[in-house]
Amino acid sequence: MSTSNQSRARILQRLRNNAFAYQVESTRNNLQPDWTPEEKIRQFTDKITAVKGEVIQVKRDNWQTTLSEQFSRKNLKRILVGDNALGEQIRRDNPQRDIGLYEQSIENFKDSLFHQIDASVSGCRCAIAETGSLVLWPDAAEPRLLSLVPPVHIVILESQQLFNSFAEVVEKQQWQNGMPANALLISGPSKTADIEQTLAYGIHGPKQLLVLILSD
Amino acid sequence: MSDHVYFYGTCLIDLYYPNAGMASIKLLQDSGVNVIYPPAQSCCGQPAYNSGYRDEALDVVAAQLGLFSENIPLVVPSASCADMIKNHWPSLFEHHALAGQAQAIASRTYELTEFLVNVLQFKAQDLGEPIQVAVHSSCSALRKMQVAVHINSLLKQLKNVEVIEHEYKTECCGFGGTFAIKQADISGAMVEAKTTHLQNTGASRVISQDCGCLMNIGGALQKQQSRMQTQHIAEFLLERCS
Amino acid sequence: MNAAKQAFLKRIDDALHNPQMRRNFRKAMDGIRSKRAEQFIDDDVLQLKRDKARIIRTNSLSKQAELLEKLEARLTQNGIQVHWAETAQQANEIIYQLLNAAGAKTAVKGKSMVSEETELNHYLQQRGIEVIESDLGEYIIQLAKEPPSHIVAPAIHKNRIEVAELFQQFHPDIPYTEDINQLTATARQVLRERFATADAGISGVNFAVAETGTLCLVENEGNGRLSTSAPDIHIAITGIEKVVEKFSDVPPLLDILTKSATGQPITTYFNMISRPRQPGEKDGPKQVHLVLLDNGRSRIGHDAELLDTLRCIRCGACINHCPVYVHVGGHAYGNVYPGPIGIVLEPQRLGIEQAGALTSACTLCGACGEVCPVRIPLPALISRLRAETVNAQQGMASDNTLSGKGKLRTHSEALSWKLWSWLNRNPLVYKGFTRLATRMRFAAPSIPGWSRYRTSPKPAPQSLKEMLKQNGLRENL
Repeated sequence: MSTSNQSRARILQRLRNNAFAYQVESTRNNLQPDWTPEEKIRQFTDKITAVKGEVIQVKRDNWQTTLSEQFSRKNLKRILVGDNALGEQIRRDNPQRDIGLYEQSIENFKDSLFHQIDASVSGCRCAIAETGSLVLWPDAAEPRLLSLVPPVHIVILESQQLFNSFAEVVEKQQWQNGMPANALLISGPSKTADIEQTLAYGIHGPKQLLVLILSD
Repeated sequence: MSDHVYFYGTCLIDLYYPNAGMASIKLLQDSGVNVIYPPAQSCCGQPAYNSGYRDEALDVVAAQLGLFSENIPLVVPSASCADMIKNHWPSLFEHHALAGQAQAIASRTYELTEFLVNVLQFKAQDLGEPIQVAVHSSCSALRKMQVAVHINSLLKQLKNVEVIEHEYKTECCGFGGTFAIKQADISGAMVEAKTTHLQNTGASRVISQDCGCLMNIGGALQKQQSRMQTQHIAEFLLERCS
Repeated sequence: MNAAKQAFLKRIDDALHNPQMRRNFRKAMDGIRSKRAEQFIDDDVLQLKRDKARIIRTNSLSKQAELLEKLEARLTQNGIQVHWAETAQQANEIIYQLLNAAGAKTAVKGKSMVSEETELNHYLQQRGIEVIESDLGEYIIQLAKEPPSHIVAPAIHKNRIEVAELFQQFHPDIPYTEDINQLTATARQVLRERFATADAGISGVNFAVAETGTLCLVENEGNGRLSTSAPDIHIAITGIEKVVEKFSDVPPLLDILTKSATGQPITTYFNMISRPRQPGEKDGPKQVHLVLLDNGRSRIGHDAELLDTLRCIRCGACINHCPVYVHVGGHAYGNVYPGPIGIVLEPQRLGIEQAGALTSACTLCGACGEVCPVRIPLPALISRLRAETVNAQQGMASDNTLSGKGKLRTHSEALSWKLWSWLNRNPLVYKGFTRLATRMRFAAPSIPGWSRYRTSPKPAPQSLKEMLKQNGLRENL
C-alpha cells in the first residue's frame, strides 16, 4: 500500500532526525525471588487462590483420580481436552463421561465450543510462583480457545515446572530465540472491576480455574 | 557549622506574614546564628515562573543574585520558595552569564526547618499548655524539598503538643499560587475538602512551613467562620519555647 | 478568551456541580491508590523498579527508528503484516480497507486508547461496519455514548445504579438488577454471541517487542483474548512509541504496569501474539495486522525535554493521584487523555490553541511525578508547556514540535507580569509599593475567584523589611 510506504518513510526520517545520544545505563536486577520448591508451591497457591483460582496438590501417580472427582464435584458433563497424549489419557480414564478432543478447526466447531462445553482440561508449559501464573503456549493439540471459552478450565501443572518469576522463565527458556504464534500467562479466572472498582468474577474468560499441581 | 546565614524573607511573608519572618530570625539568633538580611531582596520569581513567564522571573532573580554572594547558607522560611531557589534557579539560568551565581546560591539554600534540624540540631523546650494541632505539609515541603519530616520532628520535641493527623494529609490544599485565581473553583473545591479534613481532627490550630498554604487554608477557615487558627511553624515554635 | 479554554472552564464548572460524580471519583481514586500502595510496601524496591522501567523506555526511545524497522522485519517474518499511518485519518482508512477486503461487517474490540485518538469506531460505523466494544467499561460507555473518563477504567465515573439503568435500557429482557455480579453476568451473556460470530477483532498493544516480533496485551476479562483469537482477522493498532527492544524488557515493565495501574501483581491474562494461525493449528486468526500510528509522536520527539512524554506506558497512576482530577473527573479535560498525562500529551498532540488551557488545571503539587513508574517528570513538563502557551519566541520548542506556541498569551497578563517584574527588580519601587499596601491595608482589593471561598488577606501593618530596619538587623556580611 503506497500510502503506508510513504508514511513509513516520513515517520522513520523524522525519528532518525530526533535520535539523541543515550548512554545505556545498567541496573542491578537482584529483585528476583529465589524460593525453595515448597515455597514456590506455597507462593503460587497463595497468589492464585487470592483471585479465586483453585489449587489442589496431588501425587504424580494419582492425579487422574482427583481429576475425575472434580468432574463429578463440579457436575461437568461435557469436557473438552487437547488432541494429545494428555487428552487421550483423560478420555481413557473417564469412559463414562462425554470427553471430546479439540480435533477440528474452530470453523467447524464454534457452536459446540461456545454453547455445549462445560469445561476444558489442558496442560501447561510451566508456571510462575511470584505472580501465580500458568504459562501456556497453545499449539495444534491444545488450541487458544481451549483455555478461554469453556466456563471451567482445569490445568495439570508439574511442580518441577514451577519457576520463581516471569523474568526467570524468559531467561531460562530463552524466549528471545523465538516465540510461538500465541503465548499466554493465565493468572486466575476472568474478572473485572469496571463497575465501582468492585471485583466481579467470570466475565468473558473462564469463570473457574482449577490447577492440579503434581508432586511426589 | 556556619554562624552567619542570609535570610530570604519571601515576598509573601514580607507583606502579609512579617511575624513569621521575625519568629524565624529569632529562632536562628537564639541558636547562636548571625542573621544577615539584605534589604534589596524581593521575590524568588516563582509566581511568574509557574505562570510560564520565565523571562520576567529571570529578570527579577538576576537583580538579586549579587545580594547573596558570600559562601554562607541561605535560609528560607518557606518550602515553596526554597524549592524555587534550590531546584529551579539553576535551570532558569542554564545558558545565562549568571549561571554560576545562581547555582552557587542554590547549592547553599535551606528551608528553615531543614536548617534548624539538620544544621543546628535545634532542641525545643515546650513551656506551653497542652494543645492539639494539625500539620499541613505543603506539596513543596513534602515532595520537592522533602522537608516534611522536619516539621514533624520539631513538633515531636514539644511534649505538650499533640499532633492529630488529618485524612488526605498528603493531598494538595489547592493553593498552587496563581492556580487559586486561574482555576478558582477547582481551588475552592480543594480547599473546602482540605479544611473539612483539618477541622475533623478537632485540633485548634493548623501549623505549616508555608504561608501560601496558610493564606489559602486560613482564609477558607475564616470564611467558614471556623475557630481553627493557622500558624507558621516558626511562630508556633517560638511561642511554645518562650 | 480562547474558545477551547472557555469550553474547558464550562466543563469544569459542570463537573464541580455534579456531587454524585464527585463522590464516585473520590471513592474510586481512594480505592485505586490504596491498592497500588499495597503492591509497593518496600519503597527502596519501588524506586529500583522505577529506575529500571525508565531505563528500558528511554533506551527504546533513543533508537525508535531502528527498533521499529526491526519490529517490522520480525513481524513480517512471522507472518504479521505491518502498516504505517502518519495521521489518525490514515490509520482509520487502513483499518477500514483491511476489514472491507476481508468482507468483515462486525468487529469485536478490545480496549485501545489509540483507537479513541483516531475515533476509529465512528469512522468504521459510518462505513457500515458494526464495532462492538467488549471490555466491560468500554461497553458501558458505548451504550451511554460517552467518551472514556480514565485511560484504564473508562466507566469509572459511573456507579452501579447508573450501569443498571443503562443495561435495563439496552437489554430490557434481562431483569433489572444493581448487583454487580449480575450485571457482570449480563455482560458475559450478551457479548458471548458477538465474540462467536464477529468477522474481525481489533485491539491495542501494550508492548511491541522488536527482538521477537511480538505484540503483548494486558487484560483481566478475557475479551482481549477472545477478540484476537476467535475471529478470522485480527487488527492491532498502536502508537509508534510502544516498541521495546528485547523480550527481557517485558517482565519488569509488565510488573510495574499492573501494580501501578490497578494495584494487581499481574492481570488475569497476558497475551503475547507473534504469528497468525499456523499450519495445523485449529484456531487463531488467519490474518494478523499491526497498524503503527504516528499522530504527532515523532514531532514530540524533536525536543529532548518533551520527549520524556513518550515514555508513558499508560498505567494511569498519575491520573489516580491527581488532586485536581479527583474533583473534576475525566470528561472535564475534554480530550482523549485526562489528568496529568493528558495535560502533558494533549497540548503536544493537538496544539496549544486546542489544548493549551489544560496546563492551568494543575497546582504543580508533584503527586503525579512521584508515582509515575517510568519517572516522567510530569510537573516539569507541565511547567514547560505552560511557558510554551505564553511564549512564542525562539529558545523554546520549534514550530516543528509544538503548534500554537504563545497563542494563549494575553496582553493583560503579560503586562501584569512586566509590572510585577519592574516592581520586584527595583528595591525603591518595591519599598514604595509595600509601604502603600501596608498603610492602605484595609482598602486591599478583593479578587472574586479568591473571595468566593476565602476571606481576603490583608497586608500586615508593617512589612518585614520595615520591622527589620527598625530592629537594626545586619544587612550584609
